[in-house]
Amino acid sequence: MGNPQHESTGVSDPPNAVVVSISHERTAIEQICQSIESAMSRHGHGEAARFATRLAWEEAISNAIHHGNKNRADGRIEIAWHVDATRIFIRITDEGAGFDPTAIIDPTLDENLECPSGRGLLLMRAYMTRVEIPEPGNTVRLVLEKPQP
Amino acid sequence: MTAPESRLRIRKQDQVTIVEFVDRNILDEGNIAQIGEEIGAIVNEDPSPKLLISFANVDHLSSAALGALITINSKIKGKDGQLRLADINDQIIEVFRITRLDRLFQIQPTAREALASFA
Repeated sequence: MGNPQHESTGVSDPPNAVVVSISHERTAIEQICQSIESAMSRHGHGEAARFATRLAWEEAISNAIHHGNKNRADGRIEIAWHVDATRIFIRITDEGAGFDPTAIIDPTLDENLECPSGRGLLLMRAYMTRVEIPEPGNTVRLVLEKPQP
Repeated sequence: MTAPESRLRIRKQDQVTIVEFVDRNILDEGNIAQIGEEIGAIVNEDPSPKLLISFANVDHLSSAALGALITINSKIKGKDGQLRLADINDQIIEVFRITRLDRLFQIQPTAREALASFA
């Protein structure tokens, strides 16, 4: 039985998703992000969607490297992504033990405003249509759906 | 060993140090750490720092960059200094609003208005 503290509605990788495993090297991370942005442009997603996706992508990658893989030089991240005309899907899985998303403090409370970290998940949730962190908490699935006209 | 190339453009006007970013994207954590160190050094050198950070060239920033700004703000407050942020585009100002950091930082629309706001 699932842990209710984790968040999943069962969004799985689309069958035609691109799946890659990369190191923490910035060049590799940037290449995939550029591929996603190019696909978004081809499928007619606008500037606001690209800004949102770029932001959520950076936060998810940063969490995977620092919190998941603990900055290990040999750490790997698995990425699955797919873009079509209606939505952007990105899954990022690290090699860590996972985390409980409900245990994160609310960085928007007055007493936490001066805390220099802990805003990644807040930003992902603000900019994506859906953010899922299924058990054990070492995967984040990001979905951005194109608004209906 | 040579020092890494600066990620900042720095000038001084009316006792205020004005900092602009070289990079359009403040996302790479190595670059963010370097930016934090460079601005931290400016703050450390000045007994009562007045610092204006302009985001005129910036298209993207991450929560790690926000964290660096918070650390700089704390350092400046600790020295009874003043920090202003300015020239932030609409998309990035929304990031400050979502995180409620628009309440922590003194943000002015333009560098000119920010300069005029220093006590």
